[in-house]
Amino acid sequence: MWDYTDKVKDHFLKPRNVGELEGANAIGEAGSLNCGDALRLYLKVNENERIVDATFMTFGCASAVASSSALTEIIKGMTLDDAAKLTNDDISDYLGGLPKAKMHCSVMGQSALKKAIANFRGVQILEKPGELVCECFEVTDLEIIDAVKANGLETTEDVTNYLKAGGGCGQCLDRIEEVIESVIAKG
Amino acid sequence: MEIIYTDNNATTKVADEVIEEMLPYFGELYGNPSSMHTFGDQVDKKIKQARLRVADLINADPDEIIFTSCGTESDNAAINAALNAFPDKKHIITSNVEHPAINKLYQHLRETKGYEVTFVPVDKKGCLNLDLLYNSMSDNTAIISLMWANNETGVMFPIEEIAKIANEKGILFHTDAVQAAGKIAIDVKKAGVDMLSLSGHKIHAPKGVGVLYVKKGFKFSPFLIGGHQEKGRRGGTENTVSIIGLGKACELARENLTVMNTKVRELRDYLQSQLLEKIPGSSVNGDLALRLPNTLSIGFDAVEGESILLMLDREGICASSGSACTSGSLEPSHVLMAMEVPFKSAHGSIRFSLSHYNTKEEMDIIITTLVPVIQKLRDMSPFWKDGKMV
Repeated sequence: MWDYTDKVKDHFLKPRNVGELEGANAIGEAGSLNCGDALRLYLKVNENERIVDATFMTFGCASAVASSSALTEIIKGMTLDDAAKLTNDDISDYLGGLPKAKMHCSVMGQSALKKAIANFRGVQILEKPGELVCECFEVTDLEIIDAVKANGLETTEDVTNYLKAGGGCGQCLDRIEEVIESVIAKG
Repeated sequence: MEIIYTDNNATTKVADEVIEEMLPYFGELYGNPSSMHTFGDQVDKKIKQARLRVADLINADPDEIIFTSCGTESDNAAINAALNAFPDKKHIITSNVEHPAINKLYQHLRETKGYEVTFVPVDKKGCLNLDLLYNSMSDNTAIISLMWANNETGVMFPIEEIAKIANEKGILFHTDAVQAAGKIAIDVKKAGVDMLSLSGHKIHAPKGVGVLYVKKGFKFSPFLIGGHQEKGRRGGTENTVSIIGLGKACELARENLTVMNTKVRELRDYLQSQLLEKIPGSSVNGDLALRLPNTLSIGFDAVEGESILLMLDREGICASSGSACTSGSLEPSHVLMAMEVPFKSAHGSIRFSLSHYNTKEEMDIIITTLVPVIQKLRDMSPFWKDGKMV
């Protein structure tokens, strides 16, 4: 059984801000049904680019629900500029930490937030920029590079914990290794 | 909180009668069955009785029973002996829904020893593709190993029919009957299998004891090489306490076979029909007829298994899931994937596995607990709206 913190359990059993948000003017989605977890984030942003309300709909395990709930609590009241700086670690820290193999749940939260902000600003985010590395979970090299840099990841196992990449058939593990090495080589 | 235990394919309660049988051998009767004194010999006599009780459960001769430490050791020992007996044959056959004790072992043999392995696929109901199986048998095949019943879905393979064909072709046949034992009648003579694995803790004996049945006449080479125990077929001082417990458990399992196929089956069918009726977007995984009487694998659309299990856990209900998140892997179980169960319900699949200790009242509690749990999770799922998948 997973070693979840009391805060994770609390946010899973009593999730805050669940449901569609009436009057939402930004939506961000991350994950998919096939991957086993998915999050749809709704934001209501005022004329000063401040998030006045946030809700979510999540399909996934306890840490996915808790990460989504935590995310909405954290960003309410933030300006979009501040929210854009939010990292997956902020979500994980808010919950008192996540099991290593569940870090991808916090990454999903960060990713949905990024997309919601882009959605509000009318910025077109290319669905999947970069070269597809992991076909099972549709993860690209650019996503891996970002996660390696942001979280100081060193092994393919780390990458799987954060992005799921490599956690399915495993055929892309060599390629993930190359991507990690290229980031480390560049310092 | 009262525990409702419906995870009997994972492990079972040690029966009170089994504990009672074992207790003296934890304490004052600690002798070594190999010793040349009466003190040790009384344990030896008790082990002989256990061997007879195990043999009776599967209609074997006592000499054909080898005690091991677990089902995994039994499986490994069986395959090891088969490959040693036919060093020139480099092909092995199994299915793509086996327990890791066989699945990982076969992968290991393929990667490190150069064996060619045929993983025969199952269909959407979890039933084996028999044409592919028969066509893959050749003079180069050293052994066929197939589970009697699947741990996740309870779907049974036609072991007797397959063993007959294997016998005709002179190919060794092993079956992992860890899940089948105690739930359906097993007769090794009628089935014509060469080797069969059992595990104690799945039939109300303690953990740490298993059995390998080896048909008389087969030149068995030991997996654990050491002393003369088990007639030189498995070195190591016997786990006397657990073996004695397993003997008693096998005696009880024989007596309980009828209950398993009447009362337990009825409870399972009741749970199944009630859940299907009360929860829209639910579906049973596996062939409804060719199934162990105690097992129900049921998928709920648009929700995820770990979340369901943790909410059931809060009410003291123990079950298991075929979902990715609980096991630490990221994809749903290889069994559900092999059956091509769609992702929408594979991620939300729960296994209830009953025993004769379960009651109708417990089934009712599970039903009344699960209905709102699924509703709550669907209320927050982006894939469920107005009573259906979106």
